[in-house]
Order: sequence, then structure tokens, then C-alpha cells
Amino acid sequence: MLRDVSFTIPDGAFVAIVGPSGSGKTTLLGLLAGLDTPTAGSVLLDGAELGTLSEDARARLRGEKVGFVFQSFQLIPTLTAAENIAVPLELRGVRHAGSRARTLLDRIGLADRADHLPAQLSGGEQQRVALARAFANAPRVLFADEPTGNLDSATGDRIIQLLEELNRESGTTIVLVTHDTALASRARRIIQLSDGAVVDDRELAA
Amino acid sequence: MSARWRDLARLAWRDSRTARSRLLLYMSAISLGVAALVAIDSYSANVVRSIRDQSRELLGGDLSLSSRTAFPPSVDSLLDTLRRGGIPVGRSITFTSMALVPHAPAPRLVQVNAVGPEVPFYGTIETDPPGRYAQLQQGHTVLVDGSLLVELDAKLGDTLSLGSARFAISGTLRNVPGDIGIASSLGPRVYIAERWVPETKLLVFGSRAEYAALLKLPAGTDPKTVVDRHAATLDSAHVRTRTVQDTERSLTYDIQQLDRFLGVVALVALLLGGVGVASAIRAYVEEKRDPIAVLRVLGATSRQVLAVFLLETGALGLAGAAVGAILGVAAQMALPHVAAGVVPVTVVPRLEPRAIGTGIAIGVWVAVIFALLPILGVRRISPLEAIRHDATRAPVRRLLSDWPRLLAFIALAASVVLIAIGRAGSVRRGIAMSGGVGAALVLLAIAAAVVARLTRRLLKEHWPFVVRQGLANLYRPANQTRAVMLALGFGAFLMSTLYLVQRNLLARLTASAVETRANLAFFDVQSDQVHSVDSLIRAVRAPVLQRVPIVPMRIAAIGGRRVSDAVRDPRRASWALRREYRSSYRDTLIASEKLVAGTWFDAADTASRTGPWAVSLDADLASELDVAVGDTITWDVQGVRIATIVKNLRQVTWARFEPNFFVIFAPRALADAPQTTVFLTRVLDPAARAALQRAVVVHDPNVSTIDLALIQQAIDGIVGKVSIAIRFMALFSLATGILVLLSAVAAARRQRLREGVLLKTLGATRAQIGRIMLSEYTVLGLLSAATGLILSLGGAWALMHFLFDSPFSPAGPPLAVLALIIVALTAAVGLSSSRDVFAETPMAALREQ
Repeated sequence: MLRDVSFTIPDGAFVAIVGPSGSGKTTLLGLLAGLDTPTAGSVLLDGAELGTLSEDARARLRGEKVGFVFQSFQLIPTLTAAENIAVPLELRGVRHAGSRARTLLDRIGLADRADHLPAQLSGGEQQRVALARAFANAPRVLFADEPTGNLDSATGDRIIQLLEELNRESGTTIVLVTHDTALASRARRIIQLSDGAVVDDRELAA
Repeated sequence: MSARWRDLARLAWRDSRTARSRLLLYMSAISLGVAALVAIDSYSANVVRSIRDQSRELLGGDLSLSSRTAFPPSVDSLLDTLRRGGIPVGRSITFTSMALVPHAPAPRLVQVNAVGPEVPFYGTIETDPPGRYAQLQQGHTVLVDGSLLVELDAKLGDTLSLGSARFAISGTLRNVPGDIGIASSLGPRVYIAERWVPETKLLVFGSRAEYAALLKLPAGTDPKTVVDRHAATLDSAHVRTRTVQDTERSLTYDIQQLDRFLGVVALVALLLGGVGVASAIRAYVEEKRDPIAVLRVLGATSRQVLAVFLLETGALGLAGAAVGAILGVAAQMALPHVAAGVVPVTVVPRLEPRAIGTGIAIGVWVAVIFALLPILGVRRISPLEAIRHDATRAPVRRLLSDWPRLLAFIALAASVVLIAIGRAGSVRRGIAMSGGVGAALVLLAIAAAVVARLTRRLLKEHWPFVVRQGLANLYRPANQTRAVMLALGFGAFLMSTLYLVQRNLLARLTASAVETRANLAFFDVQSDQVHSVDSLIRAVRAPVLQRVPIVPMRIAAIGGRRVSDAVRDPRRASWALRREYRSSYRDTLIASEKLVAGTWFDAADTASRTGPWAVSLDADLASELDVAVGDTITWDVQGVRIATIVKNLRQVTWARFEPNFFVIFAPRALADAPQTTVFLTRVLDPAARAALQRAVVVHDPNVSTIDLALIQQAIDGIVGKVSIAIRFMALFSLATGILVLLSAVAAARRQRLREGVLLKTLGATRAQIGRIMLSEYTVLGLLSAATGLILSLGGAWALMHFLFDSPFSPAGPPLAVLALIIVALTAAVGLSSSRDVFAETPMAALREQ
């Protein structure tokens, strides 16, 4: 349950949403990304009122404007690394999705892992593939749900660095959900949730 | 194992709680097979029991003596002696004749039963109005089958002519013990008193009649001793004997043959169900990974977990089999109505505990043994999976180095072979059947592997994403290709094989009529009637397509030995030595014959005026008689000895509507022998055909005629009844196939759901997901159907070739339709059982973490 939650995230921001277990972080993330619709109130994503869109329309919107990184990577287990990255491109009917996927793999340093299945990759490698997949469509906003939760601290750090680079270089808005305060401190703004309500919302000094 | 079985059972019960109804649905794959087995076995046991209870009524007496000719004086005096000794003897004569009523357009071939006043000693012949059979002996009255009244458009009280005699129709036959109702569509039955037979003037030279005497023996007398005591007299007069036990044995044998055939089909349906159970259990184990891991964390050993799953499967298998048994009993109760007219006894349905017990036992065993392989998979679930979702799974070990799995596999194969042997009734047939099933499954598995490989190679980058994605699911890890292709392909294989065999058997019966193009036959035409019948046919401008002489005869000696000696030779079949032959003579081979040994008659043979004469034998008969080309046979033709030499052997296609013969003589040998003639002609207009039949019968009452269209109808009727039985079984395998498909699809459900949710998160619309699944299932259905149908061509060919000894021709369009149905079903089942993939919101991807 969320109540009295109201905030705006400007283009190109790097925001962390923090709070303890059960505070409503995941629910909020689902609403922001259009995975779910609010029972009351409204969510606007790049000008689109998500509550009024059908499920399929929201799916298309996600395909175009939204990227996802999950705690447990959520790669499709039956697809190779390259195929996983190509999925969002293919869903939109982009040509030469395969070669673009390989270019992205190259950029994250996993070119030699292109034909490996997720089970054959380490956790860090899987999360990098997930990150490449999230960026395949050059989304306006990227949602990351505890992206380092399943990784050791060195690998986790590498992932966060990649996120920061992407935010800086392509101006992608990043919304990071975590209960790790150290991780949250890498963001430029922290929204804190507790029992479904925003209890704190502050900008951090750069 | 520290926990007691009772604790494990309780655990199993609780464990199945969330999935019980779904598992029961999959277990119904077993139910259908068990239902078929129980229904068939129970019904067959009912019939056998009824035959045993009614066997004296079926025969009408304790012992029957019968002969193709009137009993010679030696037998007549034997019967008189017996009668004087206090043994009641009843007489009857059975023959075919044309029946005619004054206003009917055409006469109708009937089966005349001329009975003495004593017959039958046991059982009653029921009539409508009741009691008319008892009055049969009093006057010129006749009892007829109801169907004859309809065909002749006659009613009670009308006059019916049989040859030169006239009878009043006094009633219809309702129930005659031992008669197979459906046979009356070939030749309706007519009962008259035996004393009127001479008046009909129908029994002339060459008439096919059966003269019988029924004996009622004192209680406790074994009919066999009576037969043995008078064997010499009866043998020399060519009198056949039949005891109550003979009747029981031969009828029971027929029923058991049918039971075996249908039982094997039911068993195959059950095995198909086993395949379904295996994939359902595989899915269930997959779904239970987390709870199992938790159980392991809490201290359960892998053996205990194994025991829990075995108990669950056993209990569910029992439930499925019990449901099947109930269905089977219901079907059994309905069967007497379906099979009425095919079975010679009044079947009293009653519960057959043995059939029910066997059905349930086989069902549970099949469920457990098929489930064992996937259940062994629980051993590999590590407790680590409870705390680490992505814990690496232990790799599947090779079958040969994993002895429990190897043992389970061997037990499975051995069970199938043993059950098949038990059902088929012979080791050879059992092994052949399980070998066939095994070969089909192996070929399907190979086809699945080839399909997966080919798809990977042929898939093109430029094809639409949804199609590529769907097709790629065929070879990706954890694909369903093998499971679905096995289940569906095997179902398609079964149904198509049954269909093809049925169609080819039917075609064998129908095709021939078109070839000869004759649709009307006249037979028993005496030498002095040949001219009149010939001119009557030509008078209506109909062609005489064939005119075939027939000469009745018996074998007198073979290879220089008299028949009475030759019968002691175990290599020669006594039926073939003793039977009456109806032979013909001509100088050419006809379309239904093929020369397989020796040479056809040459000019010298056909011109020869002295014996020994050349004869041609049916090849199968030659092997029964143990004779080859060049051997000698002496025939007894109405008391005249005719010496012959076997000149050649023919293979004869018997199932044709044209006269075929075991023995063909060179023409001159029999030219002067007493003979009758068969005429084949073609009259297209039914009214003209009826008129011609009537004209011939009025002019020559002893001549019989058959409208081949009528025969075709009768055969269609019989084949129709058999087809119903076969389709009934095919339906079981189809229904089972759908259940198996459901469970195969369910096996991958969890993975589907996850993938679908992820795709949605990444922006896939429901339509896109639907198209991906549609293309996958369509291709799976298409490939399974194609493989199954191609295999069925081989299977049906093998059955036709080895079992029915007939040619085989494939049937394209119906198979294409079957393939389309299978594809549509697969796509429908695949999509509908994946509907939670559509319904699930992408939120699940977040929540699942």
C-alpha cells in the first residue's frame, strides 16, 4: 500500500528509492514502470498517463522508453547472452538486432560470451548482460531493483559504475531501488519510504 | 529411514494438497486406458459366462450330427437304434432358397430351417405373436425374420412361396438361441416344418443343404463317448459331430480373439497414458523443487523425499485407475446394446471382479513405473536451492552410470513387454507388439532430435521475431520437443494406423465388386435349366458376364493312399481331406488368381480325353494337403473315380464377389459330370434387376439369386459394427493423447510463465507472446502429426502384410485431415493451457525476486 506519494523525477536524474523491507519500494517501482496501475492517483511517464493505458499499450511504452535491471538478473534462461540482449530490439521490430546486440556485448566486455546461456555465466556477467539488455533500446529511464543484491561488493561496484557512466554519457534517467544506504549514496537524490509513505526526499551534494 | 511409512504418507498427502485436482486430471490419462481394459475384459467375461450358461440352448441338444448330404442308411439305422434305446432324436435341414410373396417386386434369398417337431430340445424360439413356434408343425405355416417382411413388403397372413410350396406367414422370429442377429441381413431366416421339404422340390442335385440330427442324451452321459462308440459309422458317412463342449469352445475362442485384439488396443492407450503420467510427474517435481529443497534443509533424506513422491504417485494412480474402473463398468453395461446382433448369446451384464482387479492393478503399475524415472530426479535437488535460488543444479548423470535410473528404465521396459505378453496371449505376439510400440517411440524420439537440430540450422535471421522465437523454443534448453512429439506423435501413430487398417480391410471388400462389374448372380442352375436362365437374362438385354460350372466332389485318394489312411498322416489336414469340394473347370486364369508354381494348362491338357487329367490347386490348400506339382489326387465325383495330376498352384484372392475355386480341372475332365451352373450378370436399373430375379425364380424355383448390392449392404453393416468398436478404441487413444499433451505442456508451464512475464516487462504485447506460442505449438503439432502419420504408414502396412495378408494402399486426404485436426488441437491446447502467461502481470517479475 502506498499513500500520499507524490514526486517528480526530471530527465537525466539519478534517484535512489530506499526503505526497509515492506515499505512499498517494489510496489512503487512497479507503478513507475507501468508494470502495474494505481488504484487511485496517477503516474505520468514522459507525458503518458500510465493508468489510462491498456496493458499492451504500457508494454509498448516500456519497450520504447523503459529499461530494467533486477536483483536476480532475470535473463531468459533459454536464450543466449546475445539473444537476451536482442529481445527488446526484436520486440520493436528493429532490423539487425543480432549485430546490435553483439556490439553492446562488446561494450560491456563480454563479446566472447555471446553464445553462452545465462546458467553458463557468473552472476556479475549475467548482471552486465541484463544491463546491456536494459540499454539496448536506449531507454529514457532505467529502473534498477537491488541490482547488486546478488553480487559480491567488487562486482556490484562495477555494475554501479556502469550505471553512472550511462547516466552521465547518454543522459538516461536512473531510478535505483535499494535498502543499501551505501549504494543509495551514489545517487544524486534519495527518496525514503516507510510504511507506504515518503518520509524523506533530499538532493545530495554532487 | 528413520521416519515411519505412516508419517511419510501423511507428508505425501499434505504435499499434494495444492496440486491434487490438477494431478488427478493428468492421472485420468491412466483412467481412460483402465476404463477400456476393464470394459473389454468384463464384457468378454460376461459373454464367455453367458455362452457357458447357454451352451446347450445354443446347440439345441447335447450332440449334433450333420452332413452335407442326406444321411445314408447306415446313419439312419444308427439313429433308429439310439431312439429305440430311449434317446430322443430331432431332425432338421437347413438350406438356402428364394422366397417370394405374390405382390413383391423381387424374390429374396433366405435361409430355410426345416425343423422336426422335437427340435430344439433346449431353449425356446421366441416368436411374435408369442407361441407360434409350437404351432409350426400343424400346417403350411412359416415363421420369418422381421426384416424379411420389410424387404418383401409383406405382412402376417400373406402367402410365402418357397419353391413349389406355399405357406402362410404366421409370425416373426424374435429370438433364436445361437443365431447371430446380424447374419440375418445376409439371408433372413425362415422356419418351416421338416415334413414340407419334399413338397418345395428345392433339394435337387448340387443344392447346398445341411442335414442334421440333434440328440438329447440322458443326464450324466458324456456326448464324447457316444461319438467315439459310433465313430466308424459316422466317419465313413462324412458325418460331422458337434457337442455342447465343442460349441462352447469355438464360440469362446472367437470371443477371446476379439477380446485380445481390443485388449491390445486398450493396453496401447494405457501405455500412452503412462507417457502422459511421466511428463505430468516431471512437471510436478519441477514445480516442487523449492518445497523439496526446504524439506531437505529440514533434514529429510533424499530417500524419504523419494518415498513421499512414490506414495503420492501410487495413491493418485490408484485413484485414477479406480475412476477408470468405474467408467469401464459403465461402458461394459452399455456394450450389450452396442454389440447386440454380433454376439450369439443373450449377454447378462454382471460385475467381473477379476477384470476390474486386473485393470486397476495394471493401471496403478503403469502409473508408478512410468512415474519412477522423473521421480528419481528429486534425488538431485540440493538443499542449497532453498537458500540460493540460482544454486547450480547437479548435472544429469548418464543413464548407464546412474544405476537406480538404469534399473527403473529396465523395469519399465520389462513391465511393458510382460504386460503385452500377458494381454496378447502369446510370447511372440507380446514381444512383437511391445517391439512395435518401442520402435515407434524410439523413431519418434529420433525424429524429435532431428527436428531440434534442423530447426537450429535452418532458422533464418530475417524471419519475423515471433516466428523465430517460437521455433527456437524447439531446440533451446528445457524444450518440450521430445515430450510433445512422443505423446502427440504416438497418439497420431495409433489413430492413423487403426484408421488405415480399417480402411484397407474395407477397401478389400468393396473394390472387387466394381472390378467384376457384376451385380446379380444366379446359382444352383441345373443342366436342363441353363438354356432357360441364359435366355431370360438375354431377354432383358443383360450381358452374361460369367457362366461357371460347378461340380461337387470329394477326395478319394491322395498320392496313391486312400483318404481313410491319409488322415492319419499328421502333415495333412483332415478337414481338407474330408471336405466336399465344389470345383470347376476352364482353360484360362481369371483376374483374382495368380500362378505361383508349375505351368498353366497347355493345349495337350485341354484337349486330352483320357486321365489322369491336369488340375490346378489353390496354393494354401496344397500346403494343407501336403501336395506339390506333379503329385496325384483321385477324386470321387458322384461315385465316379477321376485320377488327376497337380499341374500348377494358384494364389487366389478370395474376398471377391466372383466364383473362386480351390480346385480347377482341365476342361474335358468334368464336361460330362453332373453339375450346376452359376451365372453372373449386370443389370443397372434396380427395378429391372428385381424383375429379372422374379422371372427366373418363377420359371425355375430351385434357382437362387443374389443381388450383390444387398450383400454389399450386409457387409457394410457388419463392418460398420466392427468399425464402431475400433473407433471407440481410437477415441480412447485420442482422448488420452489430449491429456498427455496437456501434461507435456504443463511440464514446461513454470518456465513459460517466467519467460512470458519477462518478455512483457521488456515490452512484449500479449499478441506477440501469443504469436510466439502459436508458432511453436503449430510447428510442434505439424511435426508430431507428420512423424506419427508417416510411421503409421509403416505400421499399417506391416499389419496388412503380416497379419491380414493383404495389399496395402495409403490414403492421402483423410490423413491430411487428421494431421490438420492434430495441429489445431495442439495449438488450441498449447495456447489455452498457457493462458496464465497472458493473465500474469509483469509485476510478478519484480515480486519473484
